[in-house]
Amino acid sequence: MLVQKYFQSERFVPDKDMDACGLFGVMNISGKRFGGEMAINAIKNMKVRGSGLGGGFAIYGLYPDYKDYYALHIMYQNKNLNAKRRVEAFLKEHFYMVYDEEIPTNPDITLFSPPIVWRYFVAPQKKNEELAVPDDEYVVSRVMYLNTNVDDAYVFSSGKDVGVFKGVGFPEEIADYFMLDRLYQGYIWTVHSRFPTNTPGWWGGAHPFNILDWTVVHNGEISSYGTNRRFLEMHNYYCTLFTDTEVLAYAVDLLMRRQGLPIEVVSKIFAPPMWDAIEHMKESDQKLYTTLRMTYAPLLMNGPFTVIIAHHDEMIGLTDRIRLRPITAGAKEDFVFLSSEEAAIRAVCPDLELAWTPPGGEPVVVRLNSKDHLLSVNKSI
Amino acid sequence: MYSYLLPEFMIERLENRCIRCRVCERQCANKVHEYDGELDKLFSTEENCVGCQRCVVLCPTNALYVRPRVSDYRPNSSWTRDKMQNLKKQAETGGVILTGSGNDKPYRIYWDHLVLNASQVTNPSIDPLREPMELKTFLGRKPDTLKINFDEGEVKIESELHPNVPINTPIVFSAMSYGAISYQAYKSLAIAAKEFGTLFNTGEGGLPVHMRKEFGNNTIVQCASGRFGVDPEYLNSARIIEIKIGQGAKPGIGGHLPGEKVSDDIAQTRMIPRGTDALSPAPQHDIYSIEDLSMLIYALKEATNYEKPVSVKIAAVHNVAAIASGIVRAGADIVAIDGLRGGTGAAPLATRDNVGIPLELALAAVDKRLRQEGIRHKCSILAAGGIRCSADVIKAIALGADAVYVGTAALVAMGCTLCHKCYTGKCNWGICTQDPYLTKRLNPEISSKKLINLLKGWSHEIQEMLGGMGINAIESLRGNREHLRGVGLEEWELNVLGVKGAGE
Amino acid sequence: MSRMNGMNVKFGYRDNFLGDIRPVDELFAQNVIIEGNRGVINAQGMRHKEINDVLRETAKKGVTDITVNNVFGQRYIGTRLYFPQNHKPLTIEINKFPGNDLGAFLNGHKIIVNGNAQDGVGNTMDDGEIIVHGRAGDVVAMSMRGGKIFIRDNVGYRTAIHMKEYRDKLPVLVIGGTAQDFLGEYMAGGIVILLGLSLKNGEPHRANYIGTGMHGGVIFLRGNVEQHQLGKEVGARELDDADKKIVAKYVHEYCSHFGGNAEEILSGRFIKLLPVSLRPYGKIYAY
Repeated sequence: MLVQKYFQSERFVPDKDMDACGLFGVMNISGKRFGGEMAINAIKNMKVRGSGLGGGFAIYGLYPDYKDYYALHIMYQNKNLNAKRRVEAFLKEHFYMVYDEEIPTNPDITLFSPPIVWRYFVAPQKKNEELAVPDDEYVVSRVMYLNTNVDDAYVFSSGKDVGVFKGVGFPEEIADYFMLDRLYQGYIWTVHSRFPTNTPGWWGGAHPFNILDWTVVHNGEISSYGTNRRFLEMHNYYCTLFTDTEVLAYAVDLLMRRQGLPIEVVSKIFAPPMWDAIEHMKESDQKLYTTLRMTYAPLLMNGPFTVIIAHHDEMIGLTDRIRLRPITAGAKEDFVFLSSEEAAIRAVCPDLELAWTPPGGEPVVVRLNSKDHLLSVNKSI
Repeated sequence: MYSYLLPEFMIERLENRCIRCRVCERQCANKVHEYDGELDKLFSTEENCVGCQRCVVLCPTNALYVRPRVSDYRPNSSWTRDKMQNLKKQAETGGVILTGSGNDKPYRIYWDHLVLNASQVTNPSIDPLREPMELKTFLGRKPDTLKINFDEGEVKIESELHPNVPINTPIVFSAMSYGAISYQAYKSLAIAAKEFGTLFNTGEGGLPVHMRKEFGNNTIVQCASGRFGVDPEYLNSARIIEIKIGQGAKPGIGGHLPGEKVSDDIAQTRMIPRGTDALSPAPQHDIYSIEDLSMLIYALKEATNYEKPVSVKIAAVHNVAAIASGIVRAGADIVAIDGLRGGTGAAPLATRDNVGIPLELALAAVDKRLRQEGIRHKCSILAAGGIRCSADVIKAIALGADAVYVGTAALVAMGCTLCHKCYTGKCNWGICTQDPYLTKRLNPEISSKKLINLLKGWSHEIQEMLGGMGINAIESLRGNREHLRGVGLEEWELNVLGVKGAGE
Repeated sequence: MSRMNGMNVKFGYRDNFLGDIRPVDELFAQNVIIEGNRGVINAQGMRHKEINDVLRETAKKGVTDITVNNVFGQRYIGTRLYFPQNHKPLTIEINKFPGNDLGAFLNGHKIIVNGNAQDGVGNTMDDGEIIVHGRAGDVVAMSMRGGKIFIRDNVGYRTAIHMKEYRDKLPVLVIGGTAQDFLGEYMAGGIVILLGLSLKNGEPHRANYIGTGMHGGVIFLRGNVEQHQLGKEVGARELDDADKKIVAKYVHEYCSHFGGNAEEILSGRFIKLLPVSLRPYGKIYAY
């Protein structure tokens, strides 16, 4: 059970953030870990897609030494050490903690009111009645509890062997601040440069958005937000950040983790084919797509979006069904790229072997030890 | 024609006054009046009458009365006559109900619930007739600070300045395209703007080549979704470039100038073949997002060598404050906000009457948000949609506007009587039509004088009210809500406006 | 806080576009080599405005033949080259990957791209020529009103949207490959030729909603397309002799840029797509 925040009326539910952005993701499909240089330089190349009010990275294969533990990245705003004490007491009660430290930052980089950022490697410490609760559910609910109940504390990364680093600034500044290029390696890097139209001053508002090992970076505005949110609330996901991205992340968690649907189906729920197109499909497909649209109508993500969704072993790029936001995929040897602009890929990989742009609603699925990403090439330009 | 509609107007002709001069017959493009020679009598077809009052005011003997025929159906607060008549029209055609001009529904008009302050005792009011009373306003982005070098007696400003455009009064004519309105009306606006030292806005119908040199300096040119008549010369001939995202009368939808209005001259100005529909798509198809808007803003700055401020005009909608903040961050120098009561040449009635929010609330919210984020100085705010008089102007400025756009008011000054039939192309006042028989009724020499008089009269009234508050420069009133009080408003409305209740 | 990353106050305003722009003289001195009427610009690491500052400066020196190297995503190349007093058409060769809005509002210059182009190629272009030795992204030739664009490979969504013509201003767009959805949406004039060379034998074009809302101009389409891929507002016709001449002319021009056998291409099956009405939406209103 996730935590519901009480509002006297829906009138008082905060407006959601609206923002748009630049996106980039790169994955090594043989699982080889590499540094952040490509991700950092690519997003820097697309600087004008952001406004310097949010940037962030998600890195997979980040903590091989602690890969069996949930890595919680927690920010404490306003140097609120009391919040830190409260959080740590809570962690002690609900988790076994194997290691914790302040996430190292570069003192030479000055950013807009940085919080204290700490990481904890933990394992669930379940009480009797909780033993039946799966680990993931247990962790999610504790994270949600902290995020809704402790002022000035915010868990922004909670997966195993994955970490999110984000804040207010251009993404290359965030990278410098956390020294990502020097300290970390991973086999997937996704990055986001934000151009918000409200709540710009908050570190937690930056992307990627994370829940367990799922991360989402997102560009666009989802006009169906209100419908999507209410549907997810019915399934016990309570939005605390009021961003489109949060809705996407929860929808992915609901459909993929809890309901076990593959991304190929989930992408057709988010970005279903038009009824026109369904009419011209063969009968079995007609039935499938009609049923999907009927069943999951509240999860149609209407309006412009491009997302890069990642979890372990998989990175997925998807746009809305009439491709109102851009995406380009690229590949060279074991590296597969997803980007808002092709030139950003070219800038970090000048000898790219293949570049392609899928039609709206057609996912590019990049999987470990597979060539599945090439399945979208034939439908692309 | 429709089968079972009641006439909207009743025409009464005082036979003892009528001298059979047939002026009414000649003046009416809707063919309401008809002379029967055999009977030596004028007859009326009331179904055709739009109530524009042209015949009434031109009747030399005051023989005519045109009055609304209110409702002959059984009175019903829910099923009003409008609702029923429109439904009957749709039942016959399956069409979208069109209308023109601005929203006429009784949404609250906040201007009429705001009152202004005046000096009494504690500071003196100022007499604008004899003392300076400055209305000059600069439109454009202002720097954060100035780096000034005082070197050997020479003063040099080292900061790079963004282009700013001065206007002599905080009133600008809003976007009305050549095509929507007649050349005569369009030119009247240009002449008046030039004479008075302010600006007019071409809308998205282009700027005739022969007007560029003479009026370019007083022109805001639009770059809208149809990109009609947009070429490098057009952009560079203007003083300000405006990206039109939305219009208060029809937020979220595009426009159609019907092919029959696309005459040779209009075709040339818009650079499309004569007789084709000029379709303006709902969005600009290179703008699906805030970073795309930024891309077009800088494309236009590139195309004009960073010499012109770029304005972005949006309709006032629910999240207007956040949107405006994004627009400023995207690089716009001016944000124009067009409210619920803004006018139009043609819009679906359902959209005009139901979409958007009142300008007053939108304006106050935008001004507040931009100040909260510390970026109010990065743009000027132009407020549009339902500004009817000088008091509305001054209240808009106190709510945070730098200047206002006036459209309907300018049309009324030229003769418009708000019959709402702009979309028919049969404007008897020669304003919203391309029929040469009708447009020649409007003489730009004369109607531009009327517009200048409007600017003059309003400016003077603004000066009087400013002086009354003890302020002698308009910038001191900008966003100055201390000079406003609300009357008859609810708590949340006062909160949004940021205004105290009267007596508080 | 003493230094807040160039932010001013409150949440801060970061100028992503004009912030930290280097002076043009400095950039020009470091990155431009001029020999006679030829110039070479090294655009490595230049910001969007910088590259156009340098291009304008180079053009003002009388250079008419400019090569720009190390281009990676810079926008608006060619846009700031409007010189009403002293118009000399320039030829700009770009290596390799220009950014969005390449040649937006282009004023009679010629741009050759030796790589792929992104979104918005020739946006509201007025005159001139753009030749892309690769593919291009979305909204190619949006609201284009004159000049010619040749794309060797495929193009993205909403190509030629609202392209329009007036008298002698007749925009032409030739695409070697196929296009994605909404090709020719709202098209009001001009010529689009889609050759389908990237498609396998018999494979239909990728685009759906071709010519939706089209009310002017013509699309010549080589290869297969299903009826349901066409918008409601277009009709398909056979080519007449005049059409064939037009298509032949531009296919030859295409081959002169990119190679290929023009006769072989021309021997393929073409159809012509025309708007059914100049006034597709004339009847949707109740007055």
